[in-house]
Amino acid sequence: MDMEPILNVKQLTMNFGGLRALDNVDLDVHQGEIVALIGPNGAGKTTFFNCITGIYDPSGGDVLISAPKKGKTQRINGLKPNRVTEKGLARTFQNIRLFHNMTVLENVMIGCHCRMKAGILGAVFRGVSTRREEKAVVQKSYSILEKIGLEKYVNDFAKNLPYGAQRRLEIARAMATDPFMLLLDEPAAGMNPHETQDLDALIIRIRENEGISILLIEHDMKLVMSLSDRIFVMDYGKKIAQGTPAEIRKNPAVIKAYLGEEIDA
Amino acid sequence: MWIEIETPMLANELKKSFLASLWFMFLTFPIMVIRVNTVEKIIQWRWANLFFVGIGSFILSALWRYLIRRKEQGIHRTEVDGIARVTLSQRLLGDRRFTIPALIITTIAALVFPFVFSIYQTNIMITALIYVMLGLGLNIVVGLAGLLDLGYVAFYAVGAYSYALLNYHFGLGFWTVLGIGGGLAAMFGIILGFPVLRLRGDYLAIVTLGFGEIIRLILENWNAFSFGPSGIANIPRPGLFGIDLDIEQATIYVYFLMIAMTLFTIFVVNRLQNSRIGRAWIALREDEVACQSMGIDKRKTKLMAFALGATWAGFAGVVFAAKTTFINPASFTIWESINVLCVVVLGGMGSIVGVIVGAFILILLPEYLRFLSEYRMLAFGTVLVMMMVFRPGGIVETVRRTYQYKETDH
Ligand SMILES: Nc1ncnc2c1ncn2[C@@H]1O[C@H](COP(=O)(O)OP(=O)(O)O)[C@@H](O)[C@H]1O
Ligand SMILES: [Mg+2]
Repeated sequence: MDMEPILNVKQLTMNFGGLRALDNVDLDVHQGEIVALIGPNGAGKTTFFNCITGIYDPSGGDVLISAPKKGKTQRINGLKPNRVTEKGLARTFQNIRLFHNMTVLENVMIGCHCRMKAGILGAVFRGVSTRREEKAVVQKSYSILEKIGLEKYVNDFAKNLPYGAQRRLEIARAMATDPFMLLLDEPAAGMNPHETQDLDALIIRIRENEGISILLIEHDMKLVMSLSDRIFVMDYGKKIAQGTPAEIRKNPAVIKAYLGEEIDA
Repeated sequence: MWIEIETPMLANELKKSFLASLWFMFLTFPIMVIRVNTVEKIIQWRWANLFFVGIGSFILSALWRYLIRRKEQGIHRTEVDGIARVTLSQRLLGDRRFTIPALIITTIAALVFPFVFSIYQTNIMITALIYVMLGLGLNIVVGLAGLLDLGYVAFYAVGAYSYALLNYHFGLGFWTVLGIGGGLAAMFGIILGFPVLRLRGDYLAIVTLGFGEIIRLILENWNAFSFGPSGIANIPRPGLFGIDLDIEQATIYVYFLMIAMTLFTIFVVNRLQNSRIGRAWIALREDEVACQSMGIDKRKTKLMAFALGATWAGFAGVVFAAKTTFINPASFTIWESINVLCVVVLGGMGSIVGVIVGAFILILLPEYLRFLSEYRMLAFGTVLVMMMVFRPGGIVETVRRTYQYKETDH
């Protein structure tokens, strides 16, 4: 591959006191790829996301991004989460973290926040540009909801949505930040097989139509195997394997880590 | 409305109340029953008191259990129906047939008030309006951004002392200082905001409480700067194009000034609440981590909430100094912060109408129920506990106007 990866993680290490949750993990994602990060519970996958998105400041290693079309490679570890999001990496959370007492539309509008300008004076005087911006954001948010298939809930409070819809709203909200890459933490957790199938199609659509690359953590092997271009496997904070779904399925280290759990699907 | 309670359940509930009353009789036995008469050296056994304590606590406990049960069933019902309960206040506020006449009546009442009632009453009304302003300001911090600030009175003090001192030393007028006082208070808001950026909930409450006390102690002890506990007197009332006003006219003038400023506050807070920044505050309150991950600068957003909240306290402080013409640190104790917080919580956090209602209830009721003044704190406490249990949303439960998407927006 001659193109530079859009996300290049080198030797990422994270210590919590004496616990090494991440141990020199390397990972890269190229433009247009869907990459999965798998591993048993407690392997450090969520910690990996938290280190990339600025929620934790990693103890060692580098996180480099190179936004497509912008071309410049930047180091983003140590940045605040909002700065990382501004740079174009958006995420969802394993334990759903929506703004429960805001409507579905407002949740997505929050995602647009960092692409808006109105300040205090704009808010108070509500001039032409502020109103225009508000209107544009409402349009944009609604059209994202349409793409995700949540438009029928537009005015409902987030807390009143069915579980599967809440997971999808997390994706919609992340998309509103105009990312070049989405990081999804167990997006199918708690979904029924039908919802999971819809999610599969949705993720493909996001890649095809929006050109957004995807890094996802997932336990549903069927989903992982069907979606991913490449898979990284972690166990006890270390990367133990990487490769295409076919390679991963046969990898002895992976089979051992999963200790007889079904990998083939 | 009577809620069906099945018989075994009822027996069970009564048993619990009975046990509670037994416990109470036991606890209060030493103070309510035994009395040692040291003069005649005898012990009196007041068994009748035991009986009253028993009956009283039994009835209160049963009532409490009944109300709790009723509330739980209410919640249960909404869960089953899946439709949110619409409270009376929400329905009234949403109904134009109610809001428009109510607005007209309020306007007329506000306009004629100082001409119908005495200066004394007008002064009370000014105080209530100051509290509306303080409440609306604190509501930005507590109600919208969800930051529990117990040192709010510090900004009120900053406003009041800015006017008093700037006037004393430099002869600056009310209108000049109104802006300066607001600005200084905003600056203090940011000064307080910085160290507490990482704190939440209880920790934040404690630190802000300390901040409020620090400001008060400085004012009390730094005599050279603030004239200490004796305060500053002869602060001029606001001027009106250099016209000389007698006390009555001046009071009426301040009253209308406060009405105007309250309207201005409502306007600004309402605009802020329904803006990009207001949304960010609410999101910050809902979930700080998610909020940051959605690209919102936590630091900037929090500081903005602190600064804007403080600005209104600063304005209110300047007006307060001008109204009373005398200030000293005793006006800016922690109780003042708690009072304002009660206005917000009692009225309904995050709701503008709620804060207004809360301010009027909290300021006017004690004025007119002076004969109860000894029990004021007791009554306050009881009311607040009851509110937290039975109506945590406040008197006017938040009817935050959410953005309603209509097809026409398309
Ligand atoms: N904030 C934290 N403090 C201490 N330990 C943590 C923290 N976050 C995660 N860990 C530990 O790091 C390890 C990896 O956790 P996590 O990343 O959540 O795993 P996964 O997402 O793969 O299930 C676990 O042992 C967990 O207890
Ligand atoms: Mg996890």
